[in-house]
Amino acid sequence: MSNSKESLETSLIVASTRGDSERKTGAVNVPIYLSSTFHQDSFDDFGPYDYSRSGNPTRDALEKTIAELEGGTRGLAFASGIAAISSAFMLLSSGDHIVITEDVYGGTFRFVTEVLPRFGIEHSFADFTDIRAIASAIQSNTKLIYMETPSNPCLGITDIAAVVELAKSNDCFTFLDNTFMTPIYQRPLDLGVDIVLHSATKFLSGHSDIIAGLAITKDEDLGKRLAFIQNSFGAILGAQDSFSLIQGIKTLSVRFEKSAQSAQKIAHYLNGHDLVETVYFPGLPNHPGYETHNKQSSSAGAVLSFCLPNRSIAKSFVENVQIPVFAVSLGGVESILSHPAQMSHAAMPKAEREKRGITDGLLRFSVGLENVDDILMDFEQALAIASKQYEKVGI
Amino acid sequence: MAKNSIDTQLVQLGNHSDEKTGAVSPPIYLSTAYKHNGIGQSTGYDYTRTKNPTRAILEQGIAKLEGGDAGFACSSGMAAIQLVLSLFRSGDELIAPDDLYGGTYRLFNQYADSYNIRTTYAKFESAEEIKALITDNTKALFIETPTNPLMLEIDIQLFADVAKEHNLLLIVDNTFLTPYLQRPIELGAHIVIHSGTKYIGGHNDVLAGLVVTKDADLSEQLQTNHNATGAVLSPFDSWLLIRGLKTLHLRMKQHDINAKKITEFLKQEPAVKDVLYSGLGGMLSFRLQKSEWVAPFLENLKLIVFAESLGGVESFITYPATQTHADIPEEERIARGIDNSLLRFSVGIEEVEDLIADLKQVFDILESEV
Repeated sequence: MSNSKESLETSLIVASTRGDSERKTGAVNVPIYLSSTFHQDSFDDFGPYDYSRSGNPTRDALEKTIAELEGGTRGLAFASGIAAISSAFMLLSSGDHIVITEDVYGGTFRFVTEVLPRFGIEHSFADFTDIRAIASAIQSNTKLIYMETPSNPCLGITDIAAVVELAKSNDCFTFLDNTFMTPIYQRPLDLGVDIVLHSATKFLSGHSDIIAGLAITKDEDLGKRLAFIQNSFGAILGAQDSFSLIQGIKTLSVRFEKSAQSAQKIAHYLNGHDLVETVYFPGLPNHPGYETHNKQSSSAGAVLSFCLPNRSIAKSFVENVQIPVFAVSLGGVESILSHPAQMSHAAMPKAEREKRGITDGLLRFSVGLENVDDILMDFEQALAIASKQYEKVGI
Repeated sequence: MAKNSIDTQLVQLGNHSDEKTGAVSPPIYLSTAYKHNGIGQSTGYDYTRTKNPTRAILEQGIAKLEGGDAGFACSSGMAAIQLVLSLFRSGDELIAPDDLYGGTYRLFNQYADSYNIRTTYAKFESAEEIKALITDNTKALFIETPTNPLMLEIDIQLFADVAKEHNLLLIVDNTFLTPYLQRPIELGAHIVIHSGTKYIGGHNDVLAGLVVTKDADLSEQLQTNHNATGAVLSPFDSWLLIRGLKTLHLRMKQHDINAKKITEFLKQEPAVKDVLYSGLGGMLSFRLQKSEWVAPFLENLKLIVFAESLGGVESFITYPATQTHADIPEEERIARGIDNSLLRFSVGIEEVEDLIADLKQVFDILESEV
């Protein structure tokens, strides 16, 4: 069990080895149990593990770790972020309604708009930076309010405590995708959220080498219901990937702190650049969610988005930067630059996209662990080329 | 409980190793360090180079399969040979067959040059031939059987007697037959070596070497050297070998059946000059009538892979002259029978008729060009 005096940075390192499975060998790291099945010593009294889908010792160590880090009672590991999110949605039934942030991740958008309606589960989008907009989207059959804060890719901030209060007065669940913050910067369960979700592919694992999702609950009964779905749907995380994720989590704090410091500098730099129209980053005082974010989170994180004048200028910038990887995904040791209109939000119709600020000139930048001065120099040269191109076209 | 047959031992390897969870497939311990509960209270595991729980299952498993005392898993077959060579000192001499894996030959040359540990080569056709070569400095006979690539059989028992009489170690590289088809320790060998990369791993996905000793004294020396030189097998690769061993019997049976059928086919094929097969296992070699046919032969194979290595589920054909035996000077190589028309065939476990069809279509092309 966690020691209440222990800091989160220490929990990151030691949480996975609190189990007693390793007294036998004393192994400092959890072993990878690839075994699909387990011996039963007794005819009718089964041990803690029977079949790896239902429970696996390596996955267990991970699940206990994330539960502890998020301040929950139950953690569950899934084959991807979307597997965690879609499994959590399976707590709903036909006839239920969801109020969901209009700024939601493209993959979640696709699931909610294309898959859930087939099960008779309806949704309304709302501007989640505005609590009144959320309140007015609630219907008599609304069972869930689904948040992402900061949201993707425009880093909109939702007041978590206010939404939780609204949900409670309307007898709704609240889910929150905490991928951008991780438990080291934001602990939604402490604010009353029912289920925290993660694409653990991102900052939690941090090395761009596994696909994984996590769900955490504080309420034990809800945890049991979600574990039932995990087992019956079976979108579980494999033992090898569970191990990789445990190892990744151990460096979360050092990685994320470094990335977040760099992100702050880069956001300031971009904010002062003439070619950049808007910078979306909750660490900038001019960000509309700055105060709310500071109230509920301890860092602005390491993802920012910025708007260049148009698609061809964004293209020029992407083609001329040297350091970042131009790719989907985020949260890795490498800086990753992406073009949401064609990548994470390609599943969203153009009109919907632009309404949400995801213009063709918008770029999202996930800040890695490179030297920030190298990144700034790289951006400077690429923006200089893009500026020249813009002036030419302008003439 | 009665001693299980080798088939059952193979399948059950690693099962029952984890009492706490009852895992049927043993876990992979990547942990490098192991906690001591107090001073002098080791769990038996301290640092993973010295001993690792996953590797230990493999090492105990291979020792039991070979009927030996202890097993040592190394990072490659060559690392395993090097571990065995650590038993010798400057001035010591070995005797080995002319027809020897090229990598071993290269290593022996290096040991001669750097450490004055010299190897004399012989045909290993009779006890007298070898006895005549034994000097006061000779410490070991190092054999492969069947040999690579000429598939000559060397009589292990015969040379075990010679070794015993002259107080030499008999070291046998058992890569080609594996303990499923040949157990040299039961025939009098002191040390067995494997390139675990081959049949033991069996899937062309892991590089590994294994050493098995006959008695505790050798085990102790090798244990020290294994830990001191550190070319140990990683836990993940150890797990892959354990997994590979579980189907070794099925694979070896099929390799053997397929190789026999292919030998029959090749023997009646006019484009083939001769076929070299020991009668056991999945390895054979053959010579084409003309060495200039080698390139078009290899280029036209569709199913069989032209690649170095052997022992995997997939069929591989290797050209020893430029691949496995490229380190032997040409004149010497040809004198040893590894001429420019020789091809080595690691027969996989595909449907043998498909393999034969692939060979047929290539021979048709070669013969139409004549």
